[in-house]
Amino acid sequence: MASDSMDFHLKVWRQDDRESDGELVDYPNVAHDISPHLSFLEMLDLVNERLIERGDRPIAFDSDCREGICGTCGIVVNGQPHGPKRKTAACQLHMRAFDDGDTIYLEPWRADAFPVVRDLVVDRSSFDEIMQAGGYVSVQTGPKPDGNSIKIGKDVSDQAFDSATCIGCGACVAACPNASASLFTGAKVSQYAVLPQGQPERERRVLRMVHEMEDQGFGNCSNIGECQAACPKDIDLDNIARMRREYVRAAAKKGSPNPDEAEV
Amino acid sequence: MTLDPNVPEGPLHEKWDRRKENYSLVAPNNKPNKDVIVVGTGLAGASSAASLGEMGYNVKTFCISDSPRRAHSIAAQGGINATKNYPNDGDSIWRLFYDTIKGGDYRSRESNTYRLAQNSSNIIDQAVAQGVPFAREYGGELANRSFGGAQVSRTFYARGQTGQQLLLGAYGSMMRQVDAGTVSMFPHREMLDLVVKDGRARGIITRNLYNGEVERHTADAVVLCTGGYGRIYYLSTNAFNSNGTAAWRCHKRGAFMANPCYVQIHPTCIPQSGEYQSKLTLMSESLRNDGRVWVPDDKDDCDKPPSQIPESDRDYYLERKYPAFGNLVPRDVASRNAKLMVDEGYGVGPNQNAVYLDFQTAIEQKGRDYIEDKYGNLFEMYEKITGEDPYEVPMRIFPAVHYVMGGLWVDYDLMSNVPGLFVAGEANFSDHGANRLGASALMQGLSDGYFIIPHSLSNYLAENRHDLDDISGDESAFDEAEDEVRTNIQKLVDASDRNREKPSDQQSTVMDIYKRLGRLTWDNVGIEREEESLRSAVDQMRELRHEFWNSVVLPTDTDKFNKNLEVAGRVADFLELGELMAKDALHRDESAGCHFRVEHQTDEGEALRNDEDYSYVAAWEYQDDGDGQPEGWNLHQEDLEFEFVELKTRSYK
Ligand SMILES: Cc1cc2nc3c(=O)[nH]c(=O)nc-3n(C[C@H](O)[C@H](O)[C@H](O)COP(=O)(O)OP(=O)(O)OC[C@H]3O[C@@H](n4cnc5c(N)ncnc54)[C@H](O)[C@@H]3O)c2cc1C
Repeated sequence: MASDSMDFHLKVWRQDDRESDGELVDYPNVAHDISPHLSFLEMLDLVNERLIERGDRPIAFDSDCREGICGTCGIVVNGQPHGPKRKTAACQLHMRAFDDGDTIYLEPWRADAFPVVRDLVVDRSSFDEIMQAGGYVSVQTGPKPDGNSIKIGKDVSDQAFDSATCIGCGACVAACPNASASLFTGAKVSQYAVLPQGQPERERRVLRMVHEMEDQGFGNCSNIGECQAACPKDIDLDNIARMRREYVRAAAKKGSPNPDEAEV
Repeated sequence: MTLDPNVPEGPLHEKWDRRKENYSLVAPNNKPNKDVIVVGTGLAGASSAASLGEMGYNVKTFCISDSPRRAHSIAAQGGINATKNYPNDGDSIWRLFYDTIKGGDYRSRESNTYRLAQNSSNIIDQAVAQGVPFAREYGGELANRSFGGAQVSRTFYARGQTGQQLLLGAYGSMMRQVDAGTVSMFPHREMLDLVVKDGRARGIITRNLYNGEVERHTADAVVLCTGGYGRIYYLSTNAFNSNGTAAWRCHKRGAFMANPCYVQIHPTCIPQSGEYQSKLTLMSESLRNDGRVWVPDDKDDCDKPPSQIPESDRDYYLERKYPAFGNLVPRDVASRNAKLMVDEGYGVGPNQNAVYLDFQTAIEQKGRDYIEDKYGNLFEMYEKITGEDPYEVPMRIFPAVHYVMGGLWVDYDLMSNVPGLFVAGEANFSDHGANRLGASALMQGLSDGYFIIPHSLSNYLAENRHDLDDISGDESAFDEAEDEVRTNIQKLVDASDRNREKPSDQQSTVMDIYKRLGRLTWDNVGIEREEESLRSAVDQMRELRHEFWNSVVLPTDTDKFNKNLEVAGRVADFLELGELMAKDALHRDESAGCHFRVEHQTDEGEALRNDEDYSYVAAWEYQDDGDGQPEGWNLHQEDLEFEFVELKTRSYK
C-alpha cells in the first residue's frame, strides 16, 4: 500500500491551440501531498486549483462521467493511453497505481485524425464521421414487431454486446503506431455483422465505414495488437479480423470494394 | 394564476390516441423548410432529432461534449421498464402506470404517466429493431429483472450498460439522419440563451467551447433536452458537465420552473472517501435484486470486518421493516432508512458513513457465475474505486444525489409556457411526481423523443404556420440575447480581474465556491428538510452568490478551450437555482416522496402528505431585479386531478 501522501513530478504537454506548437513543460512541485485514493483526474483537478491560485493557466483536459463509460477523458500517461492499468480509463485510474516520487508524463492522443484542441484535449469528430457512414441499423421510428419476434441466442447476443461495449475514446488509435482506427470501426461492424438486424446492410456498412476510416486519415492496421492492450473495455482483436473478412466478403459479393461502385 | 395542462378529454387509455387524431400535420414538401433546434443529445435529444429528421424537418442538434454519443445518458446502468409482461407475472399498462403514480407519491399528472406506460413497450421494440444488444435468455428471448417499487419483473437491460446501448442506438439513428442531410450536428457548443421573438421561442445563442465564438441559430421551434440539474450538489452521480444552465436561461426568458425541490437521492452509491472527491459513483439499483442491505445489530460491531459479524448479529433492516418489498422498496424509502441507520450510529466502513450491500446469500444460492454475468461490470467498477472485491467483502453503500424530478414546466404536449419551446427528458418535470421509480428515466427520455415530441411539435408548426415568419437571426431579439451572453461572460472576466487585486485570502476558485454550494444544498435541501434550515438556506444562497462575484478568480481567456470559464457560468446559474430550490422546499409544507419535511411524518417515520393543500405542481415564474439577478418568483399552480386513481398513503410493508 502506498503511503498516505505522495509527491509527483509532472511533465505535461502544453499546447495553446490547434495551430500552436506544443512542448513538454516541467512541473516538479505542484503535484505534492497527493492522497493515493485520488483518482488520476482528481489529482489533475487539484494541480489545476493550485495553478489557478497562483495565476497560471490550468492544464486543459476533458472528462465527463468519471466512471469509464462516456469516453471523454483520454490522456497518454507515461506513454500508455489511459495509463498503466489494463482495462481502465484514465478517470478510473487511482494514484495508488503509482509510487511516491514518480515522474509522470502526460500527453494527448497523437494522431493526424485527432487534432489537438488544447493541451490534452483532442478533437475526435473523425469518429463521428465513421459512425455516420454506417454505424447503425436503418430503421425509422414507428411501430415495430414485438421485441421477442426476433429470437437471438444468448451467445450471439453476448458476442454482439462484447463489440458494442466500445466507448469511442480513441485509445486504440493513440496506442497504434500507425494511428489506425480498425479496432473502433471493427467493433461496430462486428456488432451488426453477428446480429440478424444488421444483415440487410451488412455489405454496404462495412464498405462505407472502412472507406470513411481511410478518408479521415487513419492509418492501416498491421496486426501489432497495441490497441486491445490499451482498450479500457478490452475489445478483442477478433473484431478487426472479422471486419477484414466482412470487407473481402462484401467486395466479392458486390463486385467492388469501393462503396460508390459496388452494388450496395 | 392556475396553469392549464391542456390534457385531452376522455378515458385515460384513450387520451393520447384522441390527441394524436386531432393533431394537425405538416405536408411532406413543407417539412424541409421548417427548422427545428434540438439542444442535447442524450436519450431524449438523440431520439427527438433522429425522429424529426426522418420526418423530413431541417434539424440542428447541439451538445456540450465533443461527440453527441457522450451525453450523460451513456452512464445509465440498470435498465429500462416496459409493460411487456414477458415473465407472465401479471404486468400491464395499468400496473406500470399505477406503480409510477404511487412511487411518485401522487404528485404527478395522471395523463402523462399513463401515456408513458402506454409507450413503454414500443420503446423496447424500437431498440431491438435498432440492434440494441439487450440481455437474452438461452432460448433467445429477452430477459428481465426487477427494480424497486414494483412486484413484477419488467426491467430490460444490457448488462450494467443499458444507457450506453440505448444511447448508441438513438445516436446511430441520429447519425443516419446526419448522413441523409436532415440533421446537422453542432458538438462542443453550450447553449447560453434562448431567443424569444414575438412571444415565441425562435432560436438559441451558443458558445463554441473550442474557440469561444458566440453564435446565433434560428428555428421555428426549440426542443430542450439538456438533462437534470443534480450537479448543483457538486457531489452526485451525474456527469461532470451535467448542468442546469440551458434550462435556467430559458427560465429567465419566461419558462416556468416546476417542483425544483423534488430531487432523488439514490440509495446505493459508493460513499465519499475524502474531501477531494469530484463525484460519487452509482451502484445500480438492480443490485438490490440479489444484494441484501444490513448493518450490525450492535454499534460496537461497526468497526469489525463484516465477515466476523455472524448472521444472528446483523440487522437486515429493510427486510425487517418492509416485509412485502424488502430490499426492493422505492429509492426514497431506502435512502432515508440508510441515513437513519448512519445517523443513529450504525454506519460501517472507515468513515462510518455506509451500510452493507451483501451478495453472499445470492452467491451461495445461485453461484458466482450467475452474479458475474448479471453484474460483472458493476463489481469491477466497485473494485476499481474502492480497492475491495465485492465477491468476497460486502459492498459499502450510501445515498447520493442522482436525479431531479423537477424541471421546466410542460403541458401534455411537452411544450413549456413559452410557445415553441418544448422540453423533453430529465429537463422537464412531467412524469415522476415527487419520486422516480428506477428504470423509468430512460423510458421517459425515449418515450418523449421517439413517440411524443415528433407529433406534438409537428402540430405546433402546422397550427402556428402563419405566425412563424421567416427570420434571419439579424432581428433585435437576437441582438439582445447575444449581447446578454457576451455581457455575462465579460462579467466573469471582470470579476476575476478585480478579485485578483485582492489579498489571496479573499480569493476563491470556481471549485471552492462550487463545493460550498454543494454542501449548502445537501445539508439543507437534501434527504431531510425543515423549515428553519430552509429559511436560512435561502439567505445563505444569496450570500454565497455575493461572495462568488466578489472573490472568484479564474483563467480568463475567452477565445480558447477554458473549462473553468464554462463551469463558472454554470455555477453562477446554480447559485440562483439553489435559492429557488430552497424556496420551493420551504413553501411545500408537507412531505411527499423525496421531499421529506421532518415536520410532516407518520408515527412510523414515513412521509406524510397533505393532499388538501398541496396536491398541485408548483410552477415558478422568474422576476428579475433589473440587474440580471433574481428578485423573486411568482408561484403558479397546476392542480393535480386524480380522476382514475385513489389517493392513498404509500405503504411498502
Ligand atoms: C449513473 C446514473 C445511472 C442511471 N441509471 C439509470 C437506469 O438504469 N435507468 C434509468 O431509467 N435511468 C437511469 N439514470 C437516469 C437517466 O440516465 C437520466 O435521467 C437520463 O439519461 C437523462 O437523459 P436526457 O436525455 O434527459 O439528458 P442527458 O443524457 O443528461 O443529456 C443531456 C444533453 O444535453 C447537453 N447539454 C446540457 N446542457 C447543455 C447546454 N447548455 N448546451 C448544449 N447542450 C447541453 C449535454 O451535452 C447532453 O448531450 C441514471 C443516471 C445516472 C446519473
